[in-house]
Amino acid sequence: MNFEEYAAKPILAAAGINVPKGILAHDPDAAADAVATLGPVVVKAQVPTGKRGKAGGIQLAQTADEARTHAANILGMTIATHVVEKVWVEELSDIAREFYAAVLNDPTTKSPVVMFSTEGGMDIEEIAVDTPEKLRKAPVDIRKGFDIAAARALVDGEALDGANEAIAETLVKLYEAYRANDAELLEINPLVLTGAGGVIALDCKFSLDDSGIKRQQEIAPNGTPDKLTELETRGEDLGIKYIELEGDVAVLANGAGLTMTTMDVVRHHGGNPANFCEIGGEAYTKATDGVKMVLDKPGVKSLVVNFCGAFARCDVMMEGFLTAWEELKPEIPVFFSIAGTGDLVAIKMLKDRMGVDPLPDMDAACKAAVDAAKGGAS
Amino acid sequence: MKIVRREHRVLVQGITGKQGTFWTEHMQAYGTKIVGGVNPKKAGTEHCGVPVYGSAKDAMEGGGFDATVMFIPALGVKAAAMDAIEAGAKTVVCLTEHIPVQDVMYFMAAAKEHGTTVIGPNTAGSATIDECFLGFMPVFNDRIFKKGNVGVMSRSGSLATLMCQNIVSAGYGQTAFLGIGGDPVLGTTTRDAIEALDSFEGTEVIVMVGEIGGSMEEDAAEYVATMDKPVVAFIAGGAAPPGKKMGHAGAIVMGDKGTYASKKKALEAAGVNVLATPSHVGDALKEAFGAIKQASRGVP
Repeated sequence: MNFEEYAAKPILAAAGINVPKGILAHDPDAAADAVATLGPVVVKAQVPTGKRGKAGGIQLAQTADEARTHAANILGMTIATHVVEKVWVEELSDIAREFYAAVLNDPTTKSPVVMFSTEGGMDIEEIAVDTPEKLRKAPVDIRKGFDIAAARALVDGEALDGANEAIAETLVKLYEAYRANDAELLEINPLVLTGAGGVIALDCKFSLDDSGIKRQQEIAPNGTPDKLTELETRGEDLGIKYIELEGDVAVLANGAGLTMTTMDVVRHHGGNPANFCEIGGEAYTKATDGVKMVLDKPGVKSLVVNFCGAFARCDVMMEGFLTAWEELKPEIPVFFSIAGTGDLVAIKMLKDRMGVDPLPDMDAACKAAVDAAKGGAS
Repeated sequence: MKIVRREHRVLVQGITGKQGTFWTEHMQAYGTKIVGGVNPKKAGTEHCGVPVYGSAKDAMEGGGFDATVMFIPALGVKAAAMDAIEAGAKTVVCLTEHIPVQDVMYFMAAAKEHGTTVIGPNTAGSATIDECFLGFMPVFNDRIFKKGNVGVMSRSGSLATLMCQNIVSAGYGQTAFLGIGGDPVLGTTTRDAIEALDSFEGTEVIVMVGEIGGSMEEDAAEYVATMDKPVVAFIAGGAAPPGKKMGHAGAIVMGDKGTYASKKKALEAAGVNVLATPSHVGDALKEAFGAIKQASRGVP
């Protein structure tokens, strides 16, 4: 889960990193009022995405009137599909130099990596491609942590205008904040050296590991969850991973890999999946809810049910499916592919209660569902 | 030790729970040498016919064990894994999904130091056909697993089940299966699994079941290019929209990273037959085994 700047900066501040003062404004007047206490300000769109500056979502304001005008322009603006609903109005900082600092989970070294670059203000992807020699990285043994000696080593030899020690200290605090908050990414870009020699975080990007949410209840409510459709929200409430798509062939399968593959095979046979809906793992007892969800999407013309039981038992999933089917009595055609743990019992249940057999494999089931959807359209 | 054999002594952490019990019974019936379980609250009792210990450390000091398989809730895994690793486990099979990544990196660092192999997290486990299995693959179902010459590895358990069913229904069978898991940070990577299967006795062809996200398939392609054995692959997620986590935390395409096209290209450049759908695996195996036969007859 991503945190917008206004919600991410307090995490840095709590770790002792300097951040500029600011207020969150939901309307132009509140942005104007902030100038009275903060002086000249920067009005910054709050959306969970980068490139705000390029989109015109960050503007300087010397006066209250300017702040009002900028806020009025920025509020309601769309930046990378996100409509701006609030702005962060922040005191103006005296920028001498801009650096880059981050800590993230690295699948390659299977450890946290602390990163620093003198090329602040640019996207990390650009730094990594354009000037990789200027991106310094330190993998960390998470059991031992990242201490001041390691931080000094990371910035050793960089000409930082006398701020090496202050930046090393900031990196240590950044790492502590990353650890304390189950971050998968905690990034300061730019990390600013001010004219007076201070080191401050001018922006902050924080992604909380979704698997860490349940033990980060204090901060979790401040995050910005992915924008979900009504059905996706229902899935989340039910503990079923459901993603709504454009097509008309509904997909119900167990396990992420199998569900993705069912979508792939529907596409391979010329169809369009209506959803990703996965009732595997701990959710395998939730087939009844799953069936209802995939059928509730408007415009669904056929359904493919693909069960491949390992941990998830086919018989349990089939019971759930049949319960929903008998209750709803939907008229859309449905095609099955069934294998794995509990398959024979599931196949017998299907025969006894619906009078149908599964198709010989998933290709056949997906193709039949695609053909049925097309037939229904003509 | 990535591929567990019938002679290896296996501990079950979380043996007394519902899933722990259900799968321990299946593992025992198949031939896995279960030597004990762990539940601190039930230490000193017996469950599924084996002693229950208070910790993996106690189990090591008691009868000893080689590998452990964990049926433990997400927030308890770090402590359980550290217990097993520090006790001297050679292999830790971590089935649990949704473990905080920082916890995973923590016990992974300890595993590296102790020389412990971690399989997972978020895996359905591993199996050595007609010998033993750890986790919850339906190895005992002979329409899905049958002794043969194909080594199979997968990021997804459900998709591996489908692939293995297709392999058996096409008339082939497996030597061993390694489920590496769907998380972004994994103890055993695609490349590690392919290497292990490549050197496992009886394996003549390898089936790789990958998915979008990360760069593990691309990394594995570098090794595959050096192999003599044919490799057949299916990569899930070609139809998945970018920016959406498709159930697995690792299965996400961000920008140009982790795309289906990149994986297919890298694998094909390494000589891998990349399948359009899993149902094509039978034809691909026929071709692969045909080529092996021809080569052994000295036909160019």
